[in-house]
Amino acid sequence: MISLRAGSIRRRLTVQLVGSAALLAAILYLVVQDFARDLAQQAQDSILVASVTSILDAASVRAGEISVDIPYTALSMLGTLSDDRVFYTVKIGEAVLTGYNDLPVSKTDFDANGQRFSTTEYRGEDVRFVTGTRQLSVEGRTERMLVTVAQTRDRQQAILAQITRTSLLMGLGFFVIAAVLALLAAQSAVRPVNRLAEIVSRRGPDDLRPVTAPVPDEMLPLVSSLNSFIARLQTSLTRSEEFIAEAAHRVRTPLATVRTQAEVALRRVERPENRASLKDMIRAIDESSRAAGQLLDHAMVSLRADQLAQAEVEIPALIQEVVDRLGPVAELKDIDLTVDDLPRLSANGDRILLQNAVSNILDNAIKYSPRDSAIHISLEAGAQTLTLHVRDGGPGFPHGGENRLRDRFARGQNAEGTVGSGLGLTIVDEVARAHGGTLTFGNSNPGGGACVSLSLPLS
Amino acid sequence: MRVSILAVVLSLATLAVQAFEIEDQTLFPADGLNTLRVISTADTDLFALLVRSFQAANPGITVDYVTASSSQVMAAISGGAAFDVAISSAMDLQTKLANDGFALRHTSDQTEALPDFGTWRDQVFAFTQESAAIVISPSAFADLPIPKTRQELIAILRAHPERFAGRVGTYDVRSSGLGYLFATQDARSSDTYWRLTEVMGSLGAQLYCCSSDMIEDVSTGRIAVAYNVLGSYAAARVELGETIRIIEPSDFTTLMLRSALIPVSAARPDLGGRFIDYLITAGWNGGESGDYPFPPINPDAFPGDNALRPIRLGPGLLVFLDRLKRQQFLEEWENAILQ
Repeated sequence: MISLRAGSIRRRLTVQLVGSAALLAAILYLVVQDFARDLAQQAQDSILVASVTSILDAASVRAGEISVDIPYTALSMLGTLSDDRVFYTVKIGEAVLTGYNDLPVSKTDFDANGQRFSTTEYRGEDVRFVTGTRQLSVEGRTERMLVTVAQTRDRQQAILAQITRTSLLMGLGFFVIAAVLALLAAQSAVRPVNRLAEIVSRRGPDDLRPVTAPVPDEMLPLVSSLNSFIARLQTSLTRSEEFIAEAAHRVRTPLATVRTQAEVALRRVERPENRASLKDMIRAIDESSRAAGQLLDHAMVSLRADQLAQAEVEIPALIQEVVDRLGPVAELKDIDLTVDDLPRLSANGDRILLQNAVSNILDNAIKYSPRDSAIHISLEAGAQTLTLHVRDGGPGFPHGGENRLRDRFARGQNAEGTVGSGLGLTIVDEVARAHGGTLTFGNSNPGGGACVSLSLPLS
Repeated sequence: MRVSILAVVLSLATLAVQAFEIEDQTLFPADGLNTLRVISTADTDLFALLVRSFQAANPGITVDYVTASSSQVMAAISGGAAFDVAISSAMDLQTKLANDGFALRHTSDQTEALPDFGTWRDQVFAFTQESAAIVISPSAFADLPIPKTRQELIAILRAHPERFAGRVGTYDVRSSGLGYLFATQDARSSDTYWRLTEVMGSLGAQLYCCSSDMIEDVSTGRIAVAYNVLGSYAAARVELGETIRIIEPSDFTTLMLRSALIPVSAARPDLGGRFIDYLITAGWNGGESGDYPFPPINPDAFPGDNALRPIRLGPGLLVFLDRLKRQQFLEEWENAILQ
């Protein structure tokens, strides 16, 4: 069997969308993280700048010397939010005026505002440094004052850790929501495909109209190809049916003419050997005509069974119709067709095929029954099935060969001497199977005649 | 006992090489080899009960209790002396020790329960709340109203210079760490501090190293007024009876939080932590156990909607330790007090 599976559009869409969501979530996490880190750093920097500025402002020149009266708030403000350690130093040029002597202070890389920001390790901890400068004039000399205030980053690390947790949760939440939306989107993207499949598969066997349901633009080529395929199929089917009708006509009509001529001839000749050969001829013609009819029947059954119609068929009426049609044939052999009181049952299916099947069973029974015998027809209702029994007074089926009888052109071993193509029960069997029913053969015990049973599901 | 004598000899030998001076050393012996070494600004008498009940709760710990001035405590710890706990009333110096990396972090159930203002960095732990009080001799004020605020005190001192000349006392803030802390916080709170200092200077103020000496001199009548005395010390001297009177000024009362820390140089930081936990429990549970020698902590002092001015632990305390700042403050103080 050819594998038609080439993955699933929905799965592919889902994977791609969920993948994009994961990527976006990761980017969101990193961006938020980065942004928050900057923000936390800015918060610390701005308070350090305020501290530096207030110390710079507190510098004054007294008696030819620079002095700094550090305001209480310059350092206390650094303790309002955090418990971080604070270091500071005030330098005039190279000399430390006051503060921590060993605080590393760089004198280069100041920004446009005369400030310098850096993070360095000091006394075993990560410390943020902010340095500011101010020019002071001392007795005509210009001195450069540098004030550095530094703070450890414990609180900032704590804030960062919290932001990391929050942004991780945000990213995760974003991902989950996006993934759910992706699943829904994939679902809705394949919905038109599923709907089209449903529309096409729900159609009846004879429904070869083009698909007219509205579909998304992307599916228009598919639907128009499907429609043109349906149109070609319709054409081809019509052509087959026409061919069958044509063939039946072409074969049957000349045969009927030949048979008529042979009968005319039979009436004219009187020599017994000539009459015998004409009778043989008529028999052969009958056989051929019948075989041709059954071949065509069989071809029709095969065709119709592939495209089974589903109409409710009243079985008793159908049986009565067939019995009425075959009554004259039975009378020719003085065979009595007895029909039981038939219960009103119906089956779903193709009326023509079912009629054909019943007709073949009866025809078979008449053919193999001896003169002056009776054929008994009954209909039985089961739980979910109805069963048609046809019992004849013939020789019955040879034991062991029943199953072979269903094969094309197979005939019973005791059928020599009877006109038959061997297609009759094959047709019945095909019809039965096309309708989900069964065909069984057997011999009725008293009298030993054949019993053919056709079971069909009740409608 | 031999072990503890040896320990004393050894520790004295260790102390000898250190660049700091101690005032007193007392050994509270116990069986076992564990020794907790405490350096403190608080008098041994004040702490003896607390140390003994700590030993009762933690058997087998010998406590070596050394007292020193707050600046010497600072010198000892920053010099790396092997003490397990440093207790000081000089909050600024304790803060500086922690800020400069001389204190170990310590967390326990007790420290977790402290309010924010009761600890700094989980390194400095407050366990008392002691007011800076005015102690007066009631006899000197026999015919005068008792001053309730600094302004009233200034007015009385100004009105009766003959009675108070040479009979007012305060800390010599140049040598006393606690005196300096009180003075700087007063100066930060109100400029009445400078007016009062000038008045005291004009009366020829006596300068003291310690609260206990001032209380002693007020009770004997040598001085009539002592300004910025530790209220807790004065309250503890119940035997002085009616010879002293403690006033917590109602314009504002500075509150000092005595604090403890574990130096990085501690030999037994575990014992130090146990002792600090014990101090916190004693102090913050309302000081109900009879061994706690300080007035109970009032946790409502901190919201600040009253005259109480608790000193906050934190980097602000580093400002007045600045070399230039201290120099300028002392200059100003000397100008006011030495006339």
